[in-house]
Amino acid sequence: MELVLAIGIGVFAGSGVWLILRPRTFQVIIGLSLLSYAVNLFIVAMGRLKTDAAPILAAGGIGDPARFADPLPQALVLTAIVIGFATTALFLVVLLASRGLTGTDHVDGRETER
Amino acid sequence: MSLPLDHLMIAPVLLPLLAGAVMLALGGERRLAVNATFSVVSTVALVAISIVLLRTAHAAPGGVAGVYRLGDWPAPFAIVLVVDRLAALMVLLSSLLATAALVFSLARWHRVGVYFHPLFQFLLMGINGAFLTGDLFNLFVFFEVLLAASYGLVLHGSGSARVTAGMHYIVVNLAASLLFLIGVSLIYGVTGTLNMADLAARIPAVPAGSRALLEAGAGILGIAFLVKAGMWPLCFWLPGAYSAAPPPVASVFAILTKVGIYVVLRLWLLFFGDAAGASAHVGGEWLLIGGMATVTFGAIGCMASQDMARLAAFSVLVSSGTILAAIGIGQPGVTAAALFYLVTSTLGLGAFFLLIELVERGREPGADVLAVTREAYGEEGELDETDEVGVAIPATMSILGLAFIGCAAIISGLPPLSGFVAKFALLTAALNPQGRAVSIFDWLFLFVLIMSGLAALIAMTRAGIRAFWAAPDRVVPRVRVIEIAPVVLLLLFCAVKTVEAGPIMRFMQATAQSLHAPQAYIRGVLGAAGERPSLRRGAT
Repeated sequence: MELVLAIGIGVFAGSGVWLILRPRTFQVIIGLSLLSYAVNLFIVAMGRLKTDAAPILAAGGIGDPARFADPLPQALVLTAIVIGFATTALFLVVLLASRGLTGTDHVDGRETER
Repeated sequence: MSLPLDHLMIAPVLLPLLAGAVMLALGGERRLAVNATFSVVSTVALVAISIVLLRTAHAAPGGVAGVYRLGDWPAPFAIVLVVDRLAALMVLLSSLLATAALVFSLARWHRVGVYFHPLFQFLLMGINGAFLTGDLFNLFVFFEVLLAASYGLVLHGSGSARVTAGMHYIVVNLAASLLFLIGVSLIYGVTGTLNMADLAARIPAVPAGSRALLEAGAGILGIAFLVKAGMWPLCFWLPGAYSAAPPPVASVFAILTKVGIYVVLRLWLLFFGDAAGASAHVGGEWLLIGGMATVTFGAIGCMASQDMARLAAFSVLVSSGTILAAIGIGQPGVTAAALFYLVTSTLGLGAFFLLIELVERGREPGADVLAVTREAYGEEGELDETDEVGVAIPATMSILGLAFIGCAAIISGLPPLSGFVAKFALLTAALNPQGRAVSIFDWLFLFVLIMSGLAALIAMTRAGIRAFWAAPDRVVPRVRVIEIAPVVLLLLFCAVKTVEAGPIMRFMQATAQSLHAPQAYIRGVLGAAGERPSLRRGAT
C-alpha cells in the first residue's frame, strides 16, 4: 500500500509541477489542483498508514491508542481541502476576468512573439 | 491579567472579523458611508487594543502577556494564541499602517471597486491572527485568510494590468501554500505535535534518524515564508504585484512581507535556537546569504526602475533582505536592531506608497519612461524653458516635496529620521558580536547595507528631481487633507522614533533577548497546562 500511495503522490505532484509551468491559465489551474491532491494525500500519509482502524475512540474507555488511526491529519486534510477548493475557485474567477480583459488565455496577458 | 484584559488577547482577530461580517450583513456595497464608519472605528480600536497589549506584555515577567486557550483546552491539544512583546509590537505596527491606509482610501480609492472595506477588515484579521497564533496549522489558516483577502484587494479597481499581476500573485502564493502544507505535515510526522512551544520542547529530543526529515520539513516550510517575505530568488512576483496594486492596498502590503519575516524570526529562533541540540542554527547561513542577495537584487532593481511604484516595490525587497540577513547573523543585538529597522522601514514604505499616488496624480502616465529613455539616448529636449526660475512653488507641492524627502531619508537610511538610527544600530551590532570574532560575513553585510543605501538614494533623487523640479508645465495635483495627513502622520511616527530612540531600542533589545532565549514563551504556553504526560504522544 505504501508503494501505491507513494507512486500516486509522485505522479500527481510531477504532473502538477509540469502543468503550472505551462503558459495557458487553464493548464495552470489544473496543475494547482493536481498539486493540492498530492499534498492532501501526503498529509494523510504523515499520520501513518493504517487500515481498518477508526480515528475516534470507542465509547466507554480509552483502550489501546495503537489500534486507532491518528485523527489529527484527517482533520488537517479536511481543512486543507476546503481552503484549497475556495482559493482555486477564486483563481478561476480571476482567470476568467483576465481572459475577458486581455482576450487571450496566456498567463502574461499577451502572446509571446515567435 | 484580569478577566476583561484576558479576552482582549483575541480581540485583534475577532474585532475585524465582526466588523467585516456586519458590513456584509448590512447590505455590503450600498452603504459605503456606514461601511467606512465601521472600518475606521474597528481599525482605530485595534490601535488602542494593541497599545494595551504591548504595555501589558512589556510589563509582564518574561515578556509574555498571556496565553489564550481557545475552548480552554490544555495547550498541546488545542489551539492557543500567545501575546508576547514581538506579537504585540507587530499587531500595533499593522494597525497603525492600516489606519493610515484606510483614512487615505476614504478620499477616493474605496469607491473604485466593490467590497473594499470588508476585504480590508478580513485582511487585518488574517494578519493579526498570524502574529498571535501559537499553533502551526492555525498559522496556515490565518495565512490563507490574509491571502484570500489580499487576492481581492490586489484586484481592487480592476484593469488588465492589475488582473494580470494579480493572477501571478495568486498562483505564486497558492504554490507557496502547498509547500507550507508539505512542511507542516513533515514536521507533524516527525514530532507528533503542531503547537509551536511543544515543538520547541520536543525538537532537541528528536532521534538522529528522523533529524534529516525534520530539517527538510522546516526547510520547505521556510521556503513558503520566504516566498512571502520576498527573498531572492523567490521574489520575482513581488515588484509586479506591489506596483500594480491600488496605493492604499500596496501600503498595507508593506506589512505582508513582514508577516513572512515575522514567522521566520519566530519559528527559526524557537525551533533551532541555542537549545535545539544537534539542529541548532540550521539554515542560518542561508538566511544571511539569501538576505544579502535580496538586498543586492533590490538595490539594482531600484536603480533600474523607471517609475516610482516599481522603485517602492524594489525598496520593499531591500528592506526584507536587510532584515533576513540580520536575522541570519543570529546575534541578539543584531536582531534587536533588525526589529527597529523593520518598524521604521515598514512605516516609511507605507508612507511612500501613499505619497507616490499623490505625486503621480498631476503627471501624464508614461512620462517617467520617456524621461529615462531620453537620458539614455542623450537627447536634451526642452532646454529653452530655463526662464522659469523664480516661480513660487505652490503649498501642495512643497508639502509633497517635504514628505518625499522624508521617505527618501528613511528608505536610504540618512539622518535625521529613524532610518539612519536603524541602520546605524544594525551595523554597530553586527561589528560588535558577542562571543565570537568579526567574520567576513559581517564586513560583507556592512558593504551591502551601505551600498544599498547609496543605490536607494540615487534612485530616489532621480525620481524626486523628475517629479518635482524637471516639469515646469506640470499640473499641481489636487490633494485633500485626509490624503496627505496619513503620509505626514506615518513620517511623524518615524520622527518620534528618532527622538525616543533610546527607550524604543531598549524595548527591542528586551524583545530580541526573549526571542533568543524562548524559555519564558515555552513555559508560558506549556507550564500552566497541567501536565498530562500519559496522553502525550511520544516522538515516533
